[in-house]
Amino acid sequence: MTDTIKLKARDYKSSVKPIWCPGCGHFSVFNAITKAMAALAINKDDTVMVSGIGCSSRLPAYVDSYGFHGVHGRGLAIAQGLKVARPDLTVLAMGGDGDGFSIGGNHFIHACRRNVNITYIAMDNEVYGMTKGQASPTTPIDWDHSKLTPHGPGVRAFKPAALALAAGAPWIARGYSGNPNQMAKLISEAISFPGFSFLHVLSQCITFCPEQTDWKAIAHERDKPALTNADDAARLFLHEDGFQTGLLFSEERASWPPDPVEAVSGDVVERLATDFRV
Amino acid sequence: MGARELSIAITGAGGAGVISCGELLLQAWALQGGRGLLRKAYGPQIRGGESAALLKLTEVENYTASAQYDVLLALDWANFSRFGDEIRIGANTWVICDEAGELPDSLGVDENHILRLPLAELAAASHPQGRVNMLALGLLAGLLDLPVASLCELAEQKLAGKPQTYRIAATACIERGAREKPDCRLQLPALGGSQLWYISGNQAAGLGALAAGIRFVAAYPITPASDVLEWMATPLEEMGGQLLQAEDELAAINMIIGAAYGGVPAFTATSGPGLALMTESIGLAVASETPVTILNVMRGGPSTGIPTKSEQSDLNIALNGLHGDAPHLVLAPLDIADCVFTTGWAVNLAQQLQTAAIVLSDQFIGQSTAVVSEPRRCENTVPAVLPTHEDNEYLRYKLTSSGISTVASPGDVDRRFTADGLEHNEKGTPSAENSDHQRQLDKRANKLNEFDFGEDWAEVAGTGSVALLCFGSSSAPAREAAGLLAEQGVDTRVISLRLLAPLQDSALLNALTGCTQVFVVEQNHSGQLFHYLKGHVDFQQEVHSYAIPGPVPLRPGSIAKRVLEMRR
Repeated sequence: MTDTIKLKARDYKSSVKPIWCPGCGHFSVFNAITKAMAALAINKDDTVMVSGIGCSSRLPAYVDSYGFHGVHGRGLAIAQGLKVARPDLTVLAMGGDGDGFSIGGNHFIHACRRNVNITYIAMDNEVYGMTKGQASPTTPIDWDHSKLTPHGPGVRAFKPAALALAAGAPWIARGYSGNPNQMAKLISEAISFPGFSFLHVLSQCITFCPEQTDWKAIAHERDKPALTNADDAARLFLHEDGFQTGLLFSEERASWPPDPVEAVSGDVVERLATDFRV
Repeated sequence: MGARELSIAITGAGGAGVISCGELLLQAWALQGGRGLLRKAYGPQIRGGESAALLKLTEVENYTASAQYDVLLALDWANFSRFGDEIRIGANTWVICDEAGELPDSLGVDENHILRLPLAELAAASHPQGRVNMLALGLLAGLLDLPVASLCELAEQKLAGKPQTYRIAATACIERGAREKPDCRLQLPALGGSQLWYISGNQAAGLGALAAGIRFVAAYPITPASDVLEWMATPLEEMGGQLLQAEDELAAINMIIGAAYGGVPAFTATSGPGLALMTESIGLAVASETPVTILNVMRGGPSTGIPTKSEQSDLNIALNGLHGDAPHLVLAPLDIADCVFTTGWAVNLAQQLQTAAIVLSDQFIGQSTAVVSEPRRCENTVPAVLPTHEDNEYLRYKLTSSGISTVASPGDVDRRFTADGLEHNEKGTPSAENSDHQRQLDKRANKLNEFDFGEDWAEVAGTGSVALLCFGSSSAPAREAAGLLAEQGVDTRVISLRLLAPLQDSALLNALTGCTQVFVVEQNHSGQLFHYLKGHVDFQQEVHSYAIPGPVPLRPGSIAKRVLEMRR
């Protein structure tokens, strides 16, 4: 591919057909990603989609870029290693709520804190879909549809935006699978942001949580500019209903790692060897 | 009569400076052309525990732990009993200690060999900030006939970052100690070595990795592997590479997989508990054919076990810890110097065969420092694989006769693919089809089985009919045992395995031609190498297991005794 031809969103789709259920919110996220790639005229050869395990983590194979489909919960670690080793690449990490906030929770908070210049899209449907409908860390406390937790999980759901803020994420946005145009715009901004950008997507799973079709009525676009002060954002994230979409928080902060120091000239290995000589 | 050797134990409370004392002494000895080993024995506490610098000055470079000590210099007797059997004292051991302290009852040393000196008083008299460890250093330098000026210079270098009074105090104490040299009538090993290196196994492994092209390291601290990672940080930066401190070992292994996928040779170091956490993702490296090298510096296990002491008990997990059929590489450096070559070779093999390599070092090899002949290096010899243009479509996991397919990295034009831990077809597309699974399993097995690993799979010494089969740090005790057995008229051959997986079983059988008895020598409880070899090698000999767990290093005398018993 060369950048002389203007690519359309569909040109960023690979020949592999998605295996998601009809009505799955992830189709919409997939479309929004390819739209954003087209809008930014991203070079496919310089872009990598990295994921863990779960329905949403199947996404890298569907995008016509480089990709890495890793193990459960570790997509962010792969993505950060890749970006730090190859700062020239555009790296997007993605996965679901179980992958990102449960098994991969430690990587999530440390990615927020570390602020490597990658984009993380968490497709949150409040359920483990691939294993057929168990409660996840974002499932409502009284959701009793799973045989594993017949009385509901009985514990409070995570608030991913609040978690990200507390862990130090400098860019936090929320999208909704029912609003693909806004999501595409948010993904473009996330990729362009020079640091760790966290896009929390409410991505419905109507197979295991048919009640999520109600989100259509609840989700609402934020009508104010993004907050730039962490105190204000903390108040917002702790008290909001969790269905406000748009860019919620953005703060200027130097990403990691800093620009490398200039490599030492000469043969470093030979110099090290000399240091060991008696 | 064999080569002369002299063993000195310097003990004291953690933080008393016994390790610095041992390091400076060995460096000064090396500057005179002397060979030796400095082993560090310490408890898990940082301050207030027990600490020992265990020196063995020798004429031959086959470093084993000392069976018994000729000199014990005790800065104090704090927690001395915790060393237990690790520091053996004989009736003729010279014990040098402060006159103020009370000796432990259990020493059993001839009273004429106990030298009570006013160590603390002399240190204080030398300089108001004088420290006992530097005074002890002076005493020992006197015993070894080392030039005091050379020691003072080394001490000043070591204290370069400290206030000047520290250096003045150290020099004063060393000079004073040397004047107080007791008359112990020691037989000193001969000097005369040249082109020597002073290096620890962990440094050697780090150097080997960098020389072989490692440019990305992800690190999570764990004893006794942290010092590899610490040592690599600065040179890596100078080479334009990157080191990332991970939040846990799960992250560390995945970070290096990410970097390696990006085409940058990547490495991490850990110990047993960390390796256990990494195993799921090492399977991902195998399935996605992403080259990574993991140095595992073994310690006593299971669980937290004995974290500061050596054991060879992670062989099972290194060989068999991965789920599914996941062929990968397992190597073991034979000694401190060999860490340079074996780690470098592991990096090269991982790159060339596009898989994971686990290198099994251990605390003895990793955290001991030795004076060694210039180590052999393994430069980056991975042939550049050129993209093939014969296909219309790039197939990342193309089936080839060697099992090795062309690897592309992000940025390569029109070679896009998704690496996957899911079973996949040649293109990389996920597939649960029987035929794809069979072919990709065959491919990943064949690339290791068909590869020519050459002559470096093992080192073979001797041609006797009794074979001592060992790996890693059991090699040196086995070689020393071979020497003891030769004195008893038993000719042996020592086969030290460097490549443990894939096992070079036919080469091993060839190396055993003419042998009637095999002893598998290893430092663990269950005979992990013994059972592995029994399961994979069609031995024509009777095979015995000699497996002793840590923390006390394997004793050559005990190995030889076992062989002699079984000969009767």
